[in-house]
Amino acid sequence: MDFILLSILKTAIAAPVLLGTLAYLVWIERKVLAHVQLRIGPSRVGPHGLLQPIADAIKLLTKEDFIPSYVNKFYYWLAPWLALMFAVTAISVIPVGPVVEVFGIKTNMGQADISIGLLLILGLTGMGVYGIALAGWSSNNKYSLLGGLRSSAQMIAYELPMAMAIASPLLIVNTLNLREIVNAQAGYTFGIVPNWNVLGGGLQIFSFIIYLICAFAETNRIPFDLPEAENELVSGYNTEYSSMKFAAFFMAEYCNIITACSVATTLFLGGWHPIIPNELGGQFLPTLICMFFAGVLFYHALNPSRPSDRLSMGVIGAVILGLGLMFQVPVVKDLAQPLFWFASKAGFLIFFFIWVRGTVPRFRYDQLMRFAWLFLFPAALLNLLVTAFIVAVKSN
Amino acid sequence: MDVLLFTFFALVAIVGAVSLVVQKHPISSALSLVSVMVALSVLFLLLGAEFIAAAQLVVYSGAIMVLFVFVIMLLNAGAERESRKAGLAQFLGLPLTAALLVFASYVITQSMSNAKAVKFGAFTGGGPREVGWTLFTQYLLPFEVTSILILVAIAGAVVLARKEID
Repeated sequence: MDFILLSILKTAIAAPVLLGTLAYLVWIERKVLAHVQLRIGPSRVGPHGLLQPIADAIKLLTKEDFIPSYVNKFYYWLAPWLALMFAVTAISVIPVGPVVEVFGIKTNMGQADISIGLLLILGLTGMGVYGIALAGWSSNNKYSLLGGLRSSAQMIAYELPMAMAIASPLLIVNTLNLREIVNAQAGYTFGIVPNWNVLGGGLQIFSFIIYLICAFAETNRIPFDLPEAENELVSGYNTEYSSMKFAAFFMAEYCNIITACSVATTLFLGGWHPIIPNELGGQFLPTLICMFFAGVLFYHALNPSRPSDRLSMGVIGAVILGLGLMFQVPVVKDLAQPLFWFASKAGFLIFFFIWVRGTVPRFRYDQLMRFAWLFLFPAALLNLLVTAFIVAVKSN
Repeated sequence: MDVLLFTFFALVAIVGAVSLVVQKHPISSALSLVSVMVALSVLFLLLGAEFIAAAQLVVYSGAIMVLFVFVIMLLNAGAERESRKAGLAQFLGLPLTAALLVFASYVITQSMSNAKAVKFGAFTGGGPREVGWTLFTQYLLPFEVTSILILVAIAGAVVLARKEID
């Protein structure tokens, strides 16, 4: 029963954090995109538009849940929740930190620690396509159907190179358990280059790039967002959806981005291991980074470009400074530092996703398929073969 | 707890299987099959066969059934129309099914008369490492033969599809 209690407790912490992250990811995406395009972005609700996600949530919750008369009711209702369920469940196996001891209870930072973690993520994200395909089909609308069809075809096409790209670092770490994968990437080559799979651990830079490209396709992001290409399909598979059902699709999409970035972090970027060894001051780096950002914010508070910045920048700066100092408090330190490294690596990848959205135009559909089958798949296969050869030579 | 989980997912699998046959619309049938696959994968997991559970999820419900659904959606197949039932099957269908089930359960109880109730978590040899090890040592030949068979099937599919286009 202790295990069940602990799991419930962890879920009670993780679920609100995840939902909050999902809500604020929309804000971050809109802000980053706005600045990429030389706009300001959301700025009306609260200081710097910080209350925008809450306003959006209230809007979506209270909006009329309109169901068109011509849809297939059961599957129309089922599809968004199916998509959201699989997206949220997949995150549960990702470890965000090492095994820690809090108040005498030894536990791992992560929901479930299972020997098939990576396969489970692949399975659950593969199941997520049903939500989108069913939404497209049950809406009984040609745009939705085309969106659903494109999404299924795209997912099948890009799942293969993705699995190949995942397989080659697995050959090096020799396990499917995500915790062991991260542990295998501990340590530093020559005392300075981290043993991450993408760097010193195995030079898996090509696997990393192929994985990232496939992750863009699997999460239906630009440049692979053909399933919801606005200028040809209205809004694709979710055209007929409104209110919370629409929000469920939206949350599932962002959830999938978080999963993809977390998997990339655990598999290629060494999970929660710091970028600089602790002997060279790696444990002080989180505080220094936070102090740097706090300094920038304090500077803007002292030289405000808008009158309201004097207060808001100062307060946010103080919060970040406090956060930075927290990384040196003895007991909290062991929990917070791994979390910081994991979150900053995954966060950088998420930022990269948004960055690409602001930079790259959309593929044409035939280009997308040709790219997957004629370039990405052979490249991933070759990469896997070379890695297998190197591993075989090394082990002899 | 063990019995509860087993009963629930076994029921899901059986209801899904019956629904697969009874449903009129091909999409409903396909999704019933997906629910059977998922329930089976949970049953494998409960028995400690982790790798097979994951493979079931990834391969069957994640890839093959997606392809099924994709094709059904692409062909835009409508609901199945009721054909005139064959007279003999109408009367013999149910009794014969019952007889088959009784026979199967009789054979199972006879051949495994000393079987004990499964304690979940007792069997731990189903991880990816163990499965891989047996596959590439003890069952290497069947494994390789199967892979060649699949390769031939893939090549055949490609050749057949080529002919259609020309």
